[in-house]
Amino acid sequence: MSEIVNHLRHQQSSHCETGVVSNMLSSKGFAMSEPMAFGLASALTFAYLPFVKMAGLPLIAYRMPPKSIIKSVAKKLNIELMSQRFSSPPKGMQALDKALEEGHIVGLQTSVYWLPYFPEDMRFHFNAHNLTVYGKNQQGDYLISDPVFEEVVTCSPEDLERARFAKGALAPKGLMYILGEIPDNIDLAPQIYKAIKKTAKMMNGIPIPGIPFFGVKGIHYLAKKIVELENKPSKYARLYLGHIVRMQEEIGTGGAGFRFIFASFLDESSKLTGDSELFELSQFVTEIGDQWRSFAVQAVLFCKDRKSISLQDISDVLIKCAEMEKQLQSRLLSLSAFK
Amino acid sequence: MKAKQVPQDNSPSYSGHKKLLYAVEDNGHYTGIQSSGWEIENFATQMAVDELKQQTIDAIEDYHSGKTSALAYHMCKHRLDITSLSQATGFFQWQIRRHLVPQTFNRLSQRKLKIYAATFSITTEQLTRVPEKP
Repeated sequence: MSEIVNHLRHQQSSHCETGVVSNMLSSKGFAMSEPMAFGLASALTFAYLPFVKMAGLPLIAYRMPPKSIIKSVAKKLNIELMSQRFSSPPKGMQALDKALEEGHIVGLQTSVYWLPYFPEDMRFHFNAHNLTVYGKNQQGDYLISDPVFEEVVTCSPEDLERARFAKGALAPKGLMYILGEIPDNIDLAPQIYKAIKKTAKMMNGIPIPGIPFFGVKGIHYLAKKIVELENKPSKYARLYLGHIVRMQEEIGTGGAGFRFIFASFLDESSKLTGDSELFELSQFVTEIGDQWRSFAVQAVLFCKDRKSISLQDISDVLIKCAEMEKQLQSRLLSLSAFK
Repeated sequence: MKAKQVPQDNSPSYSGHKKLLYAVEDNGHYTGIQSSGWEIENFATQMAVDELKQQTIDAIEDYHSGKTSALAYHMCKHRLDITSLSQATGFFQWQIRRHLVPQTFNRLSQRKLKIYAATFSITTEQLTRVPEKP
């Protein structure tokens, strides 16, 4: 089998989807950092989804749903995004081979559980993990740039096929995507302000009464749920709190549920536009991120059975997060590109 | 989070890998820093992993005492529950609940066994076997 190695610049990232966007764009000659991709896509949010269960516990998301990041970055930069899903696995693999032969680097949606290079304790059924394939070696294994790993990895065709065609919630159905040509002169500055406005608007949640699951309202709702754990068995309370901490810290968020990535985006934007207000905002978001991390600390201390911490205390830390994010929202909304 | 505060707690769940976090340097600007793990996060992960392991051990005991079918063990071992197994196989949840009963499971058609086997990526022969120990 002949070897194919297409040009790719691998850089480790916190989060898979923004990492794929950043690596794909950078490989095509347009250097974009991971936080910039995250910010431009207005990906920061909060959502408490009681009807989507993971291992019997509600899903808590700190960013927009999968695939929205790559879509909106491509749209903002006016780059064509060619994506395809497949009903038959062999066809999906053939299309991947063909794209590689044509010299493309190909983004894939996969299931973490079936990727053999993941450490055992991190393998769970999450079907929306993104990675980039940039070639194939002589043994027929695929050369993969998985953005959350330090180095590039390889994966056998059988394993990759299983990961691409895993079934269940958010099933990837073999999704692959290729970026088109990058236009010559891209001016990021106006896009940055637009993206920030959109993020700020979303922070309020959905303006329909009776749906308290998103944005600042969602955080208050979660805080209320934590107090209500008082009436539940203590084992459930521990698993529930542990689950929130995992969603916030473990699952590729760059710490504190993406808040630090967003702060990094604001910092970078201030350098790019020369707007010192963005830098001040970046510092404030850092404080918010620190507050989220102290929430994680409190929650885990409770799980460790320290009697000194009550559920009410944990809930209060979270309410502080919500209040700070509310302040952030008004500061972001009053931001203007014209001084 | 300050760059100096980025935790380096060598989490066992990372298996020697490092994750990238964003933190503030002394000059107030952000930078990416590798972290070998955070004790707080590791505790939460470990709690979830232990819970799954315990469920698998319980499933093995229940199988050998005749309380549940081999399906319960394979479901737990592959970190699935009835909801996610239903989504992955296309069976209804009530069907899966029936298949967890030994008598019903033993009478399952080859076709249905094959669907389960394909989901777990094992053979139908392996699907009907449960080890003595995890």
